[in-house]
This record gives sequence, structure tokens and C-alpha cells, in this order.
Amino acid sequence: MTLAELKRGQNAIITDVSSKKIPLKLLEMGCLPGNSVELVQVAPFSDPMYLNINGTHLAIRKETAIHILIETNDA
Amino acid sequence: MPKQINVALIGNPNTGKTSVFNALTGLNQKVGNYPGITVEKKEGVCKLPRGVKAHIIDLPGTYSLNASSLDESVVIELLLNKNDKDYPDVAVVITDVENLKRNLLIYTQIKDLEIPTILVINMSDRMAYKGISLDIEKLEAHLDTKIALISTRKKQGVDNLKDLISNYQNLSIEPCLSTQDIDIDYFKGLKKAFPNQSLYKLWLVITQDVNFGKISRNTIKDTSSFKTKKDSDLKRLQQKETIKRYQFINNVLKEGQTIDLKTAKDLRIKLDRILTHKVWGYLIFGIILLTIFQAIYDWSSVPMDFIDNAFASLSDWTKNTLPAGAFTNLLAEGIISGLGGIVIFIPQIAFLFLFIAVLEESGYMSRVVFLMDRIMRRFGLSGKSVVPLISGTACAIPAIMATRNIESWKERLITILVTPFTTCSARLPVYLIIISLVIPEGRFFGLSYQALTLMLLYLIGFGAAVGSAWILNKILKIKSRKFFVVEMPNYKLPLFKNVALTVLEKTKSFIFGAGKIILAISIVLWFLASYGPGTEFNNAEEIVTEQYASNNLSQIELEQKNSLS
Repeated sequence: MTLAELKRGQNAIITDVSSKKIPLKLLEMGCLPGNSVELVQVAPFSDPMYLNINGTHLAIRKETAIHILIETNDA
Repeated sequence: MPKQINVALIGNPNTGKTSVFNALTGLNQKVGNYPGITVEKKEGVCKLPRGVKAHIIDLPGTYSLNASSLDESVVIELLLNKNDKDYPDVAVVITDVENLKRNLLIYTQIKDLEIPTILVINMSDRMAYKGISLDIEKLEAHLDTKIALISTRKKQGVDNLKDLISNYQNLSIEPCLSTQDIDIDYFKGLKKAFPNQSLYKLWLVITQDVNFGKISRNTIKDTSSFKTKKDSDLKRLQQKETIKRYQFINNVLKEGQTIDLKTAKDLRIKLDRILTHKVWGYLIFGIILLTIFQAIYDWSSVPMDFIDNAFASLSDWTKNTLPAGAFTNLLAEGIISGLGGIVIFIPQIAFLFLFIAVLEESGYMSRVVFLMDRIMRRFGLSGKSVVPLISGTACAIPAIMATRNIESWKERLITILVTPFTTCSARLPVYLIIISLVIPEGRFFGLSYQALTLMLLYLIGFGAAVGSAWILNKILKIKSRKFFVVEMPNYKLPLFKNVALTVLEKTKSFIFGAGKIILAISIVLWFLASYGPGTEFNNAEEIVTEQYASNNLSQIELEQKNSLS
């Protein structure tokens, strides 16, 4: 599944990041395969998304989140 | 040894870089501009032990040397240009103890440029609170540098940092990572083509889209012994490089850092549950905005009235004391009232920058960006456009400068173009005069018509800004990367020194920037008022009345004529 489908308060592990679509800056802020991600809060219409990636708190838009693949811990 | 050491402060945003800069330089700082671009350049002087002086430059906050905005390019351009007069003898990389892992990424990059680098771990007062303990000796050994553990809030460790700066020549300049490991074949070819250059520097020149002065990208492309790569391949290599750097950092931190999550506390989650809430978040933001407007237009009227009266009496005193003549008039009505016209804005501007500085320092501004992004996007703006639109109510110039962290060029351009529509404080006196002339006194549900009109003017200004943004978004055909990422920093109690210096500096730049023009114009106005149509125009009614009286018109007819005119 993609990061855009994550529910508020849920945890997951990033499995793949489409390097063509994702800006380098996001990778440098810790958005790399293997790192954990938690959805802390969403704005109305669940966009943008407030994430905790490996201890770094940041917000990205949904259009970016669909290019990040994740695996939830319970799945 | 040079008489003056050039020091560059580098670091991620929200690491307290400015606090370190303020702690080192105090009031010995000046803010200018990088030539040709609207990026602030902060420089200062710091006295080191043994009479050495350090020239300190506070570079814009950046997450890495891979630039994605103008202010980040400034950092790379300086670090790659040894001939720049500001080229650092020593780089000081500032990190936040809570985000050490991410903050160290840029440290490894600077180190690989073979510049002597000191590592500052800031906010050490938060370590106990977050359950973090550090083994400084091990970290120094693995990172191959000297570390200054400091807390600008508690004023600890700054002297140690000054000592390290003055002894910068003892620092190692060995790189952290071997650039060649990213892709052995590719970098071997590069090394063969340019044997005298540092590999990492070459790599930056290839990947970064900035102006490098003498080394141009073409020389690299033209060399036949070396094959260039496609952009997508380069990006893949950059990703590989980032992963390699994080592997290195993880290994270092495994040795030198322990975090006890049991003792760690987190206020952020509780605050964010309310401050970024779908309902409460917007409500609180609305209340904060109302408070700001209340402060600017109500609370600041007390000092403004005082300033107004003071300058009026000074002008009267000058007129009465000095011998009458053109020069006294110029002084009393041109210069003094012109100065008064500048000084009177100080309370409003100071109030506004006070609020903006507190909101930014505390970390709340990022939450506003988060809350507003979706709404602003409909008009072709970004959540980050909110900050310029708010500070535009004080003055459009710093507001436009504040747009520089908007990543998408199109959103940034639209924000710059529409920000001047917001009602800035210099327009306020004009509005007030027009309102008091045109709008009758009276109340509507306890609110005065005049106050409502003023509010309406503000709303029209904001509406014009957003409306024209919407139109521009439809018209402008700029293809730009659509991309938005904003860090949500920890909430912090703003440091008094940082807030005070921001307010002081912004107010000063208003007085000396806009003030010059206001003063010049008020002298021109004085000239026109004194030597223009002048008295005859002012006393038009009396003159006309006299003329009519001499024509033997009756009093009643006179009044009729007057009321018609």
C-alpha cells in the first residue's frame, strides 16, 4: 500500500520510494526504505499529512505520499 | 595566521543556528542582501581569546548541500568558491541534540569538502528531558572533529566554541566518506579526467544547478575521457549517496548516543492534538490573528498618540523659538513633521514583527502552514504563502523576502505578485483619514461604522490578493516542480534575545529603508504647500466672500451660494 492510505495514529515501515517522483530533499529528511513512519495528524480532506518519519516530524501533500510504498506492522 | 578568521555557520533550519549566531556576535551584526537575489545575508564580528577576531557569516538554513531553493544555493556557491572573500577558514555545523541523526547529514557533506569543520550540538539543556545521553569523546573520534556541546538558552558552552574556532588549524580535514564508494566505475572515470580536484566537489558541480563562477559545468561535459550520465541516473546516485551517509551516521550514533525512551517526554503530541485539530486548530489560529490586529490597531495607538503629540509640540517649539523664516519653516513643517511621520509607525511595525518572531520561534508557524496548505492551494498558493500574506500587513518588503522558502517556483512567484495587495501599515494613515472624512459616525450592533469600514478595507485587500492569485494561477503557464514539504519543529519557548534582535533589526531596516523616502517626500510636500498656490487656495472661501460682499450681495444669498459650493 502507499503512504497516502495510512490511517491517523498508524505505524508502518517504508519499503520503496519512487526516486523519480520524490524530491531528494524528502529522502534527505529521512524518507528512505527501511525507516519507520507514523501518521501523526491530517488536515481536512486528509491533505497535507503530518508524519513522523524516523523521529523527523514533517508534513507533505497527499500527491507526494502516493509515491511512497509502505508496509504496516500488523499486515 | 590571518588577522581575521572567516567562520561560516551552517545547519538545518530549526536547530537554533540564529541563537548561536546571536550568542557569538550580540549586537555586532548586520543584515544585508546577497547581490541580485532576495536572500538575507547576516554577518557579524566575534572577539575570540588572544585578541583574534572572527568574521561570522550566518548562512541560510539548509538540509543538505543538494540545493532545492535559492537560499540553499547560496550555501553551495560560497563553499565551492575558494576565491570568495567570505570563503570560510572554518565551518561550524550546528545541530539540534533531538534531531542529531538528520542534522549530521549536512555535517558529513561539509566535511567531505575538506573544510575544517567544528560540530556544535545545540539545545543540550533538552537532553535530560528527552532521555538522551551522548559520549562526546566517541563521537569526536568517529566524526573526526571537535564537538562543542552548547545551550544558548542556558548560555552554556559558548566560550568553548570560541576556543575551538580560534584553534581551527588543529582540525582534521579528512573526509567522512569516500565519494568513490557511491559508484566505483563512475567516480574512477571522473578522477581520471580531473585528477587535481576533490571528487566530492566535482560531484556537487555536476549535480547542482547553481552558478559556480569559474568552474563551469561545460568543461566537465566536454572531456572525452569521461562519460556523463543522464539526470535520472544522477538522481539514483544521489539517493545512493544519501543512504550511504545515513549508514555512516547510524553507525556513529550507535556508538556515541543512547536514548532512553522511558524517561523521554513529549509535549509536542499533546499540543499538536489541539493546535493542528480540524476545528480547534483553525479556531485558535483565528484568535491569534484577531489578537495581532487588536494589538496593531488598538494597543499601539497609545504610543502612537504620544509620538504624534511629541512631534507636534516639538514642531511648535521650533517655530516659536527660532527666528521666523523659510529655514525655520522647513525645519518645523518639513523635516520635523517628516520625521514624525516615520517614527509614528514604529509601534505598529514593532508589534507586528514581535508577533511574527514569537510565532516563528515557537514553532507555531509551521502548524499554520500545515493547516492552510489545502485552502491556499485552491488559489495557486502554498501553505507557506500564509506567512508572507500576514507579514505583508506590516510591510510588503520583508514579506516578499519571506517567500523564499516556497519550493515551487510558480507558487512562489504568485505569492510575490499578490502580497502587495494586503494592506500594509503605511497605507493605514491614508485609510484612516479617508474614513473619517467619508464615513459617518454611528454604531451598528455596538461596532462603529468606521471600524467596520477599516475591517472591510483589509478584507478587500486580502480578497484582491487571493483573487488575483487565482487568476494568475490560471494564466501563468510555468512548469515547475510541484512539491511541498515542511518540517514540524518542536515547540519551544521563544528566546528573548532572538525575538528582541529580530524586532530591532526589522524596525531599523524599516526606518532607514522606507524612512528615507518618507522624509524626502514630506520635504517636497512642504515645499509645494509653502510655495505652491498656498494662502489663496487655503483661504478661498474668505476671499470669495469678500468679493461677494463688495458686490453688495445679501447675507442670505451668500449662504445659499456657499452651501451650493
